[in-house]
Amino acid sequence: MTDTSLIEPDVLYNVLGAALAHGGDMAEVFAEDSMSASAMLDDRRVEELSSGRSRGAGIRVVAGETTGFAHTSDLSEAGLLAAAAAAASVARDGGGGVRTVALSFGPRASHDRGAKTLPSSVPKSTKLDLLTRADQAARATGGSISQVQVGCGDSRRRILIANSDGLLAEDDQVRTRFNVMCVANGDTGMQTGYESLARTEGYEIFERFNVEDIARTAAKRALAKLSARPAPSGEVPIVLAGGSGGILFHEACGHGLEADHIVKDASVYTGQMGKLVASPLVTLVDDGTVLGEWGNFAVDDEGHAPARNVLIENGVLTDYMWDWLRARKEGRASSGNGRRQSYQHLPMVRMTNTYLLAGHENAAEIVAQTPSGVYVSKLGGGQVNTTTGDFVFGTTEAYLIEDGHLTEPLRDANLIGNGPEVLRRIDAVADDFDMTPGTCGKDGQSVPVGCGQATLRITGVTLGGTA
Amino acid sequence: MSDLMDLATSVVAQAQPGEGLEVYVTRGTENEVRAYDGAVESLTSADSSGVGIRILLEGQPGDGSRLGFAWAGSLDPAVVQAALSDARDNARYATPDPDVVLAEPDGELAVEQDLWDDGVFTTPMDEKIALALELERATRGADPRVRQVSSADYSDARVEVALASTTGIRSSTRRTTAFVSVDAIAGEGADSQTGTGFSVGRGPAQLNPEEAMADAVLRSTRLLGAQKARSGRCTVVFDPRVVSTLLSVVASALSGEAVVKGRSFFAGRIGESVAGTAVTLIDDPTDARAFNAATYDGEGLACRRNILISDGMLRMFVYDTVAARRAQTRSTGSAVRGGFAGTPSAGCRALVLSPGSKTAEEILAEVGEGLYVQSVTGIHSGVNPVSGDFSVGAEGLMIHGGTLAEPVREVTVASTLQRMLQSVVAIGNDLRWLPGVAAGQTLAIADMQLSGD
Repeated sequence: MTDTSLIEPDVLYNVLGAALAHGGDMAEVFAEDSMSASAMLDDRRVEELSSGRSRGAGIRVVAGETTGFAHTSDLSEAGLLAAAAAAASVARDGGGGVRTVALSFGPRASHDRGAKTLPSSVPKSTKLDLLTRADQAARATGGSISQVQVGCGDSRRRILIANSDGLLAEDDQVRTRFNVMCVANGDTGMQTGYESLARTEGYEIFERFNVEDIARTAAKRALAKLSARPAPSGEVPIVLAGGSGGILFHEACGHGLEADHIVKDASVYTGQMGKLVASPLVTLVDDGTVLGEWGNFAVDDEGHAPARNVLIENGVLTDYMWDWLRARKEGRASSGNGRRQSYQHLPMVRMTNTYLLAGHENAAEIVAQTPSGVYVSKLGGGQVNTTTGDFVFGTTEAYLIEDGHLTEPLRDANLIGNGPEVLRRIDAVADDFDMTPGTCGKDGQSVPVGCGQATLRITGVTLGGTA
Repeated sequence: MSDLMDLATSVVAQAQPGEGLEVYVTRGTENEVRAYDGAVESLTSADSSGVGIRILLEGQPGDGSRLGFAWAGSLDPAVVQAALSDARDNARYATPDPDVVLAEPDGELAVEQDLWDDGVFTTPMDEKIALALELERATRGADPRVRQVSSADYSDARVEVALASTTGIRSSTRRTTAFVSVDAIAGEGADSQTGTGFSVGRGPAQLNPEEAMADAVLRSTRLLGAQKARSGRCTVVFDPRVVSTLLSVVASALSGEAVVKGRSFFAGRIGESVAGTAVTLIDDPTDARAFNAATYDGEGLACRRNILISDGMLRMFVYDTVAARRAQTRSTGSAVRGGFAGTPSAGCRALVLSPGSKTAEEILAEVGEGLYVQSVTGIHSGVNPVSGDFSVGAEGLMIHGGTLAEPVREVTVASTLQRMLQSVVAIGNDLRWLPGVAAGQTLAIADMQLSGD
C-alpha cells in the first residue's frame, strides 16, 4: 500500500549524521504524512465536509538523560537538517566534535495489514448516504428523539522511522470511524445517547457493521434515560456489561503500568512486580497486534513491532509497558508501546488495545446472583491519578439491579475507586468478551486505543449519584 | 506578519463567481523545557504553520449556500492550492442552507489588545532552561514531605494569524504565551499525594514560579493522610481553579449553537432566573487580563463584552455568525476556532463570575461545616451540558467549625448544573486569572451530594 518512501535513505543518513554531529546516544527521524476526512450531519443537514493534510518530521536526539526534539513541516533535506541541528543542541556538551555513526539499516518492517477499501477511494456521496441512513434510523427509534448528530471520519497515516541504531521501519495506518449522538427530550428534561464504531480498517467495515444499528443503539440510550431516576450515592456492587467500555482497566491500572510513571515512582504499582495486585480472576493484556482494533498498528511510533504483553496474570503483576527510552534505562527491549499523536510530539509509553481475558461464567447468571446493585451497560470516559491510584469513570447507560433483575434506568454519574482496591474486588468474570474503541489522552497527546472486557462484577465501588 | 495577510488575500482573490471564500493562515513557534531530577529531561523547539479554507457555493435563490472546508499543516503554495480545491469539492456535497454565510464586518469597533511580549523570543534558551531547573530544585527542597517532582516545565509559544474573506474581513492578530508548571508528589509512610502548581503570562518575565511551587507543595502535602468521607448532603466550597473548570462546562451550555440545536439546558430560558441573585456572569475577551483575551474572534469580528447572566437572570447566549442566523439574531463576536484545522463555532473565551466581597477564609467561616474541594476529576465523563447532570471525583479537605480540617479523597460530589447555579451561597473576592476560557474565585454551593463510604 505504501507508494514511495517519505524520505530517501541517503537523506536519512545525512540527517541522522547531522543530528549526532555534537554527540548523543541516539538520533531518530520520525516522518509522517497523514490525510484525514470527515463529514458531519447535524440537525438534519450535512453541515460540514472537511479534509486535511499534515506532513512533517520530528527529529529526536537522546544524549544521556536528555532528549532534544524539533519538528518541521519541511521534508526537504534542508528542512530536515535544520530540525536536526535544533534537536542536536541538547548534545552540545555531550561528546564534542563530529562523530561518525555507522548506519546500516535492517529490512524495512513495513507490513500491509490490508485496508481493503481505502477511504480516499470511496465517493463522498457514499459517505453521506451512511450519515443520512443513520439519522433516519435514530429518529425512527422514538418520537422523543429531538436531535441527531452523525459523524464519520477516516484517516490514512503513513509513517517512517529511522534511527542511528540502524532501525528503519514504515507503516501505513488506515482508520475509519462512525459515531451517532442523540438527544431525547421529555418531561424531565433532555438526555443524551452516544454510540460509535471505530476500526483500524477501511470502508469495508460498513459491510460488516450496520449504521442503522449504531444509530438505534444511541437513540435507545437517550430514550431509556428519559425515565431515569437519579443514580444512588455511596458504595454499591457494580456489574459492568461485556464491552461496556473496558475503560475500568484502562484507568484502574493501565496508566499506572506505563513505565514512564514507574521509573519516576509516580505510580501506585511501582515496586509491585510479582505481587498480587488484583483478584485472581484478572488476567490483563495490552496487545497492539489485534488486527483491526482501534489501537492496532504494524510498528509503533518508534519503529518497534507491537506485541501481546501480559501485564497481570491471575492477579499477579507480571510486567509494565515500555517505550524505547524507558526500556533502555532498564536494559531491556521496548514492548512496542512507544506512541505519539503526530510528528509534532515526542513519543511516550502508551497503551494499545488493553483487555481483560474472558472468564467462564454466564453474564445473565452474574446479574441474577446480585441481590442489589447497579448494572452499567455503557461507560463514558475516565481519568486516573497514577500516583494515588484513584480513578473515576462515567456511566452513560446504567440500571438499578434489584433482586437479581435490572429495573429502573439511572441518570449519568461518575464512579470513583482506587485501582488496586477495585481490582481486588472483582469476584465474577463472564465469557461474553467484547471490545470498544476510545481516545486516550496523556500529557496533551491523544492516541486511538481499544478496551475490552467481559461482563464482570465488582463487590463495591463508590457511585457518585445524588439519590 | 503582512506576508501572512498577503497569502490569505491572494487565496481569497481566487474566488470564482458564486463563491464565498474565507482563508485562515497561521504560523507559530513553540519551546518547551522539561526538568527532572536536576537535569533537562527534554527540550523541544518547533515551528509550525497551516491554513484553513472555508468555501461557500451559492445555490439557487432561496436555497442558500453549501459549505466546504479543508486544511493543511503547511503554507507551501502547492499545498495551499490543494486545500483550496479540496474545500471546493467538499462544498459540492453539503446541504444547501440559507443560514450558512460568511461573517461580514458589522461595524463593531475592535478593542485593540497587546498580547505580545518580545521576551518570549529575546530570552535566551539557557534562561528558560534555568527557570525549569530552578522550579524543580526549589519544589524538591520546599518541604521534607515532597518526595518526588515528576515534572517541572517551562513552555512558551508565539502565534500569528491572518484572516481574510470575500465578505471584506481582514484581521491580523498575534499573541505570545509563557507557562511554568510543576507536579509535586508528597509522601508520608505508604501514603502519596499529588499537587500541581502553575503560572501563566504573556512572557517569561510575567511568570511567578514561586507561586507555582508553593501551590504544588501546599496541594500535595495537605492531602497526606486523606481518607474517604461519609456520604451525605453538604455545602461544597470550590477552589478558584475548580471554579474555572466548572465555568468552562457552563460555557458550553451558553453556546448559542448548542441552544439553537436543542442541546443546552438553558434553551428557552432567556429572561428567566437560572441562578442565585449573586450570580453575574460576563464573557469579556476585551479584558487584557484574561488568558484568552482577543481583539478579533475566529471569524474576524471584534470581540466584545457580553453579559450572559445578570443578577441570576439569563440575558443572552454567545453566537458566531451561522448560529446567530439560525437563532434570528446577530453574532456576538464569539466565534472560536481550534487553530487552522478547525472551523469556527460559538463559544466563550473569557468568562468571569463577578466577584463577591468575602475572602476565602470568610466564606469557610460562614459555611461552618462542609467540604472544600481543591481538585476534581472526570469532568468530561461526569458532567453533561445537555441534561445538566453533574457528578465528579473530588479531593480536598473537610470544613469543620469554619476552618479547613482533615483531608479527603476518593469521593464524588454530585448535583445538576441547574441546581448548583441556583444554590450559590457565596462568591469570593479572590478572582484569579487562569488559563482556559474562565477565571475563577472561591465559590460555595449549598446542598450537594457527597458520595464516599
